[in-house]
Amino acid sequence: MGLKFERNPAPVWFRPLIPLLAIVLTFAITTTLVLLVNANPLQAYYYFLVEPLSSRVSVIEVLVKSTPLLLTGAAVTFAFVGGFWNIGAEGQLLAGATAATAIGLQMDGVSPLIALPLMIIGGFAAGMAWVLIPALMRVKLAIDEVVTTLLLNSVALLGVSALLNGPWRDPVSQWPQSPEIAASAMFPKLIPRSRLHLGFILAIIIIVIMWFVLSRTAFGLRMRAVGMSPHAARFAGIKVEQTLLISALVSGGIAGLAGVSEVAGIHFHLIDAISGGNGYTGIIVATLGGLNPWGAGLAALFIGVIDTGSQSVSRALGVPVYLGDVILATLLLVTLAMLLLQRYRIRWVRQP
Amino acid sequence: MTTPPPAVEMRGITKRFGSLVANDRVDFTLDRGQIHALLGENGAGKTTLMRILYGLYHADAGDISVGGQSAVIRSPRDAIALRIGMVTQHFALVPPLTVTENVVLGHNQGVRLKLEDAHRRVSEAAERYGVDVQPRALVKDLSVGERQRVEILKALYRDARVLILDEPTAVLVPQEVEQLFDALRRLRDDGLSVVFISHKLREVMSITDRVTVLRGGQLAGSVQTSETTPAEMARMMVGRTTFGMPSLDEASSTQPAARAVLRLDGVTAVDNKGLPALKGITLDVYGGEIMGLAGVSGNGQSELAQVLEGTRLCTTGTITVAGQDVSGADPDRIMKAGVGRIPEDRHASVVPEMTVAQNMALEHLGEYTSNGSLNRRQMRAHAEKLIAEYQIKARPDDRIRTLSGGNMQKVILARVMERNPKVIIVSQPTRGLDIGATEYVRSRLLEQRQRGAAILLISEDLDEILELSDRVAVIYEGEIQGILPRTEADPERLGLLMAGAKDSPQWA
Ligand SMILES: Nc1ncnc2c1ncn2[C@@H]1O[C@H](COP(=O)(O)OP(=O)(O)OP(=O)(O)O)[C@@H](O)[C@H]1O
Ligand SMILES: [Mg+2]
Repeated sequence: MGLKFERNPAPVWFRPLIPLLAIVLTFAITTTLVLLVNANPLQAYYYFLVEPLSSRVSVIEVLVKSTPLLLTGAAVTFAFVGGFWNIGAEGQLLAGATAATAIGLQMDGVSPLIALPLMIIGGFAAGMAWVLIPALMRVKLAIDEVVTTLLLNSVALLGVSALLNGPWRDPVSQWPQSPEIAASAMFPKLIPRSRLHLGFILAIIIIVIMWFVLSRTAFGLRMRAVGMSPHAARFAGIKVEQTLLISALVSGGIAGLAGVSEVAGIHFHLIDAISGGNGYTGIIVATLGGLNPWGAGLAALFIGVIDTGSQSVSRALGVPVYLGDVILATLLLVTLAMLLLQRYRIRWVRQP
Repeated sequence: MTTPPPAVEMRGITKRFGSLVANDRVDFTLDRGQIHALLGENGAGKTTLMRILYGLYHADAGDISVGGQSAVIRSPRDAIALRIGMVTQHFALVPPLTVTENVVLGHNQGVRLKLEDAHRRVSEAAERYGVDVQPRALVKDLSVGERQRVEILKALYRDARVLILDEPTAVLVPQEVEQLFDALRRLRDDGLSVVFISHKLREVMSITDRVTVLRGGQLAGSVQTSETTPAEMARMMVGRTTFGMPSLDEASSTQPAARAVLRLDGVTAVDNKGLPALKGITLDVYGGEIMGLAGVSGNGQSELAQVLEGTRLCTTGTITVAGQDVSGADPDRIMKAGVGRIPEDRHASVVPEMTVAQNMALEHLGEYTSNGSLNRRQMRAHAEKLIAEYQIKARPDDRIRTLSGGNMQKVILARVMERNPKVIIVSQPTRGLDIGATEYVRSRLLEQRQRGAAILLISEDLDEILELSDRVAVIYEGEIQGILPRTEADPERLGLLMAGAKDSPQWA
């Protein structure tokens, strides 16, 4: 008896099951950790998965947590589909947040109808600018964007730190945080007295547009062709460099919006922990979502659940909050392994 | 005395891909010391059957025995352990490595690779089997024919006693085919068994001992080569006698247009290593004529084709299409100028992961867009039309990757011809096609010629060139060595030109 891997794509019905299987496997693996801290795994997973969905307040909190992930997940999905391996959503998010803060600080007395679009455009442009150099280096000089976009994340974080310890340091508290942005630049709340804000709607709109562009337009098909096989795309008359550049810039812009949304919707000033790793988690979202906009949407919501759950589980059972991070990291690894296995069939065979 | 068991015996092999039955209860017996042809139309299931034997696919039903022992082949590793080797059409070599490194890759014992030893053993093996390769050469510098020899050597180095060759001659020039056959005969005399897949009945007659024919995934028959004829084989393959195809003489001759539609003037280009590949090509192709470009492979044909396809820049010179300058144009402008392109490397001209319908529309997506969104129904209908018209065995939503080689070629052909281009650049159009499809493609090319297209036919198959061309240009080391009208182009004269002899005055 033995396991056999056959190079043969998994049947179509199996594909949607992959993320589900990945989740089940992940929980199976992380059970050990839960046991190590002397908690009851079933109870722990109840708090992780069910509790966040059991009350109106916590469901709203899940949506709040998901908002930046929807955006960074969408950003990474778009780039990956187009064959641009953007690992720099984190840096692009910070660039967008910085631009939003800069604009928001100037918006005193300006109507929200002007202030909000300005914030959004400014943040998108800043995200684009942050990915421009890696994108040009890839297109013109064939320099691997995985490295360049990743390195620029640290540059962005240091840049934000410099701003917060220099010109933007809070004059009153002397904390490394910027002054508060103007009230007209703050995203309106979707539900009164909750933290759910306009950014969530923005994210949903972006995902819908992205789905349409990728699957229903000529540009989307061309982009996918470039992502899947650049040689054939070039042969078919597609402007490969231009297409890659657009994928990269749009991806950077969307990641920038995540920054805008966090500044204008949640924090109202810039802090260096503004991202909280949402740029990196975007990679998990995109991968878990199978590089499909809807998939990314679901994955972002799911991770929002786990994120919220990790807090209630630590409150209820005294498990460290970091267990949530461990679960997410495990989930990424398992998903990647599953995506690889998707190209194979596994079957049991009897030894002759 | 008992007869030795066959080298390989496959019984009742069935393989399904979804609803498609690629192999349907196929029996196949390969004897020791036998060269066994596997014949069948495009998509008949030849490659699938052999991939099963090599462990790349797993049969849904059926048994395999190797050397009389029943065998379960789960992966190529198992196949190699059973001393089966396979050379696929897509070579699995690592280009930046040397021949030796490629041959011993994954097969060296111990952790450290003793390169000197390896070089010696590889060249010994090469000599023993009469496979001519330089152990120290880098694979990326080798021609297709040489790479194939490396693949064969790789199998032999692992002590293969059964060698599967999937359309080995499709990528070879005639001289290389002869070398391959010499090597195969030697291997047979050594007791090896060879499965030889080919669409060329002449080759099958000359080299093989036995022929097995598949038709639509089923066994159509198995006979001794000496007891059959090409006509009978063809009948087994298609289930009817083939129709003759209109040769150039029958197709009513057209008057070529007075004006050259495709003009090349002093075109130069460099190859991937930056060395001059084209050294001033000047060539006119008239509307309504097929200009054959003959030459030993590696003399600049590929580069010329790429320049005309828009995937390689020319360094100097001008190219015009119907009066429009397209020197240095990208594929999009070249297509818009009215050039249809059927390239040598199919896999670089379609997106394997995309569907047939998407690939058929990819070059002209603008035409399938209304109000900013793609009209997918129109794309599908378009694909259905071409599939019916060009008799392609595929569905619009099949991924190109899953098509058999011949059907993939038909997709590319259909995509070009439906647009009635002014100029057609076509390289090796019938490589890997079965007889029916070959006839079909050739008659389509003649049809386009009739319509008034200027066709540049680049082919390593001299018979094909002679059969189709109005004029034949010979390329040698990046230069046009001579241009002969068809009436004066006989194999001997072409052969001399291809070998580099300048056309002598008495022939001019
Ligand atoms: N991986 C796959 N998935 C789905 N269908 C496949 C796959 N591989 C082959 N097929 C289908 O199985 C049939 C047989 O294909 P196969 O490649 O064996 O044909 P073939 O006889 O080698 O043809 P050719 O002479 O054109 O190479 C074809 O219809 C092909 O589309
Ligand atoms: Mg085949």
